Amino acid sequence: MTTNDSWPRPFRPRLGARLGYLLHAGLAKNRLYARLATWLERRPRAYRAFTAAERVTKQELFGCRMCGQCALPATGYTCPMTCPKQLRNGPCGGVSPTGACEVHPELTCVWVVAIERAEAAGHGADLDMLHRPIDHRMRDQSSWVNYWQGRDDDLWTATPLAGRELGLTPVGER
Amino acid sequence: MSLREAFDAGRFAVTAEIGPPRGADPEAITRKAELLRGWVDAANVTDNQGAHVRMSSLAGSVLAMRAGVEPVMQLTCRDRNRIALQSDLISAGAVGIPNVLLLSGDHPRFGDHPDAAPVFDLDSTQLVRTARTLRDEGVLASGREIGTRPGWLVGAVENPFAPPRSFRARRLAKKVAAGAEFAQTQYVFDVEVFAAWMARLRDLGVTEGCKVLAGVGPIRSLRVMEFLRSGVPGIHVPDEVERRLRGVPADRVADEGVTMCVETIQRVAAIPGVAGVHVMAFGYERGVPGILERAGITPRPAVSMEGLGHAG
Repeated sequence: MTTNDSWPRPFRPRLGARLGYLLHAGLAKNRLYARLATWLERRPRAYRAFTAAERVTKQELFGCRMCGQCALPATGYTCPMTCPKQLRNGPCGGVSPTGACEVHPELTCVWVVAIERAEAAGHGADLDMLHRPIDHRMRDQSSWVNYWQGRDDDLWTATPLAGRELGLTPVGER
Repeated sequence: MSLREAFDAGRFAVTAEIGPPRGADPEAITRKAELLRGWVDAANVTDNQGAHVRMSSLAGSVLAMRAGVEPVMQLTCRDRNRIALQSDLISAGAVGIPNVLLLSGDHPRFGDHPDAAPVFDLDSTQLVRTARTLRDEGVLASGREIGTRPGWLVGAVENPFAPPRSFRARRLAKKVAAGAEFAQTQYVFDVEVFAAWMARLRDLGVTEGCKVLAGVGPIRSLRVMEFLRSGVPGIHVPDEVERRLRGVPADRVADEGVTMCVETIQRVAAIPGVAGVHVMAFGYERGVPGILERAGITPRPAVSMEGLGHAG
């Protein structure tokens, strides 16, 4: 099983957003998982097997493209890397009146889906977060391992929507 | 007077658009600039608009400055990774381009090279943040310090009409939080939807930190109307506009389109928080002064190219 390296196409998740938030609670960072992550990183074969399992699961459920720095918990469990422009901060201005993707008019814009799902699950405020640029060196890595190791703590930051100050402060634990 | 001065003075700002030519003729920019000079505070110089290869917005901006029109250099994420984007931003600062407008860009699929690689290394919000950090803190996205800092104003765009509409004000709020100081919108043909979006921006406090220019333009033929409706992603032409344009004799469609543009300018100017208009008149630059004059917008004070450049 290799990475899905075709050009990105909008993917409608096959897992309900609520279930995503629930599963995330079960995968939330803790000392046990951090130790598992460290253990995996010392054993290349185990790491490869673990990463392959993550890839298969997330490709099937979310169209995962293995960017290695998962945005799902902040996007209503809808992968922004399946946007043809790979926008991590919301939809482009080309969404059609029916909500279709400008590049693939037969498919719904991933951000239209993301916003619907996040709002329906009570996580609408997540969409105001600012997502930093991804690190292309992390492609094909396990985002779960990276998350447990605390490497993506600053992937997104709270937007000072009301505050209007420009300082961006890490949100910390997710 | 520059765009920055217009914003600082709280004067109704006017920008227009100069599309660079497909070819190396500098006169193509100069001709358009001369039609606009004295009527606009600045003119956008587009970046391979619609993913069609043109003279670069950087070169076009320099030519516009030489012709006495302050440029707003457009820069899209479509064709450049973060190295090239930051390089072009620094270059724009070095040659004294006073404004940049940062966008995602149309996908190459719709351009004259659909076989090209879409880059999209950063998104527009990330590019805005990168630009502000570059200018205000003098550091690259890598954290590395630069020497002399550029001095341009940072602009962004938003389309108030595209779904999900409830998110469109928040999306601009994100860009403003990232550092956008002014914003231009997609064509406003539906003033009511635009006014509701502006109200939401005011509620979010966005208009306090960001000057919003409403995008306007004349629809001068039924063919253009059809093109805008179906050929350009993200443009909303309401039925009312179609009724009016179809309701006049064929030889009066152009006049009616211009009249509607004038009315739109007057209506958006009355909406609280609107800092100006951005007139997009593809190929009808000669008509821009007339549209502005009819809308009651007076010519701009003489443009001074002095003092443009580094912010230190």
